[in-house]
Amino acid sequence: MKVDFSAVVVGVSAGGFQALHTLLPMLPKAFPAPVIVVQHRMAGEDDYFVESLNSKSLVTVKEAEEKEEIRPGTAYIAPGGYHLLIEKDHTFSLSVDEPVCYARPSIDVLFETAARVYGSHLVGIILTGANNDGSNGIKTIKQGNGLTIAQDPETAEVNLMPQSAIATHCVDFILPLEDIPSFLTNLVEDNHGNF
Amino acid sequence: MMNNEEIEIKVLLNAIQLKYGYDFTQYADASLTRRIHKSLSDSGYKRISEMIPPLLYDKDFFNSFLNNLTVNVTEMYRDPPFFRSIREKVVPYLKTFPFIKVWSVGIATGEEVYSLAIMLKEEGLYDKALIYATDFNDTVLEIAQKGIYPAQSIKTSTRNYQKSGGKHSFATYYHADYDSVIFDRALKKNIVFANHNLATDGVFGEMNLILCRNVLIYFNRALQDRVLKLFHDSLRTNGFLCLGSRESIDFSTVAPAFVPVKKRLRIFQKKKGQIKELSDES
Ligand SMILES: C[S@@+](CC[C@H](N)C(=O)[O-])C[C@H]1O[C@@H](n2cnc3c(N)ncnc32)[C@H](O)[C@@H]1O
Repeated sequence: MKVDFSAVVVGVSAGGFQALHTLLPMLPKAFPAPVIVVQHRMAGEDDYFVESLNSKSLVTVKEAEEKEEIRPGTAYIAPGGYHLLIEKDHTFSLSVDEPVCYARPSIDVLFETAARVYGSHLVGIILTGANNDGSNGIKTIKQGNGLTIAQDPETAEVNLMPQSAIATHCVDFILPLEDIPSFLTNLVEDNHGNF
Repeated sequence: MMNNEEIEIKVLLNAIQLKYGYDFTQYADASLTRRIHKSLSDSGYKRISEMIPPLLYDKDFFNSFLNNLTVNVTEMYRDPPFFRSIREKVVPYLKTFPFIKVWSVGIATGEEVYSLAIMLKEEGLYDKALIYATDFNDTVLEIAQKGIYPAQSIKTSTRNYQKSGGKHSFATYYHADYDSVIFDRALKKNIVFANHNLATDGVFGEMNLILCRNVLIYFNRALQDRVLKLFHDSLRTNGFLCLGSRESIDFSTVAPAFVPVKKRLRIFQKKKGQIKELSDES
């Protein structure tokens, strides 16, 4: 299969601490795209989560900063209390607009702005969660011919969020969490050869 | 090449600027585009450009468009640790003056100013303070001036107040109806509410403290830099500048003129002697 992608966006809520600790450490150091993550959380409960992921991963894991240039081989986590948006010049911006689906950061906001910028070169992934945030985002990514993945609800700590994404009929692949990293690296290898 | 949507947005923003003077051309794109789409779906039109005629000819349409575009989401004591830190690090400095001037910028519906006013009162500073409270949106300024808020908000406000180092019972500062709370009129005595547009208006002189939180995130780098220069020029030497918890001055031409007092909480102090150097550079 061939998809030449420039970015991966991930949305995750309840159960995310565990899920991200499974997903991100399995990515190779030179993963050739940025991985941009919205994990629902509150303002102020930030540091430990990001530090812990970074210490266990080969890719760099950091909090996304306002106006920061988005780079491959890096996983960015949205700061608590702010929506994370992607600009056309491949930088981040933040906003404190009202919460979407009770969440700020919201997965829909990230996915929709990412779809606008990356179009068909975007992969969107919905993982465990007790919310339906991300479902609209998945639709938008599909409309832009991006590739969409949902965690197999059977393997999700909380199955509502992947289920609700799958119910949009816009999900291309339903995969167990552990298979997602190798699925992503295979996609890239098909396009870039070994790395 | 711009796509059609980009062209339509550009023309729409130009129309607003020509007609009403509001300059949105240096705002960060992604959020602006998202807000414009929100107005579009509320309006029932199909294309962004179709909103231009009602924006020009229908003042009510323009007002609701503007209210949607200028994100006015706020709360009392947003980031309680920030306000706690102001008490600890900035209040002692303010106490050394016989008279202080404070500028709260981009106040939205005003919760930030009342938070500040209450804190100054508890620290014995209110009576010698003059607080300028500005925003470029008249609709929210009016709400701010009234000081009336929905009753549902008071639970969060009270919790935030307590976490911010509040010294009394929060309920002493407002009067509660069954669906709204109104803040004590006396808190407004030394507050001047005024319209001020950061994209086009000038300095407010001799400030001891400037708060501008969660406004710069909506601007591009060029406008952020303009505004930070404006703040630099509006502050006294040793005056304090406070930004939102994810905003920065590192990139800016005025960065060397400030030292971080609490970097994590975005509290900076303007230092002496750097101003000359700066104007030489630019
Ligand atoms: C998200 S609110 C921030 C409220 C408050 N400072 C806080 O942190 O909770 C942003 C405010 O900035 C105002 N604003 C946006 N652009 C502005 C400009 N060019 N000049 C003055 N105010 C502006 C908006 O009207 C809005 O009320």
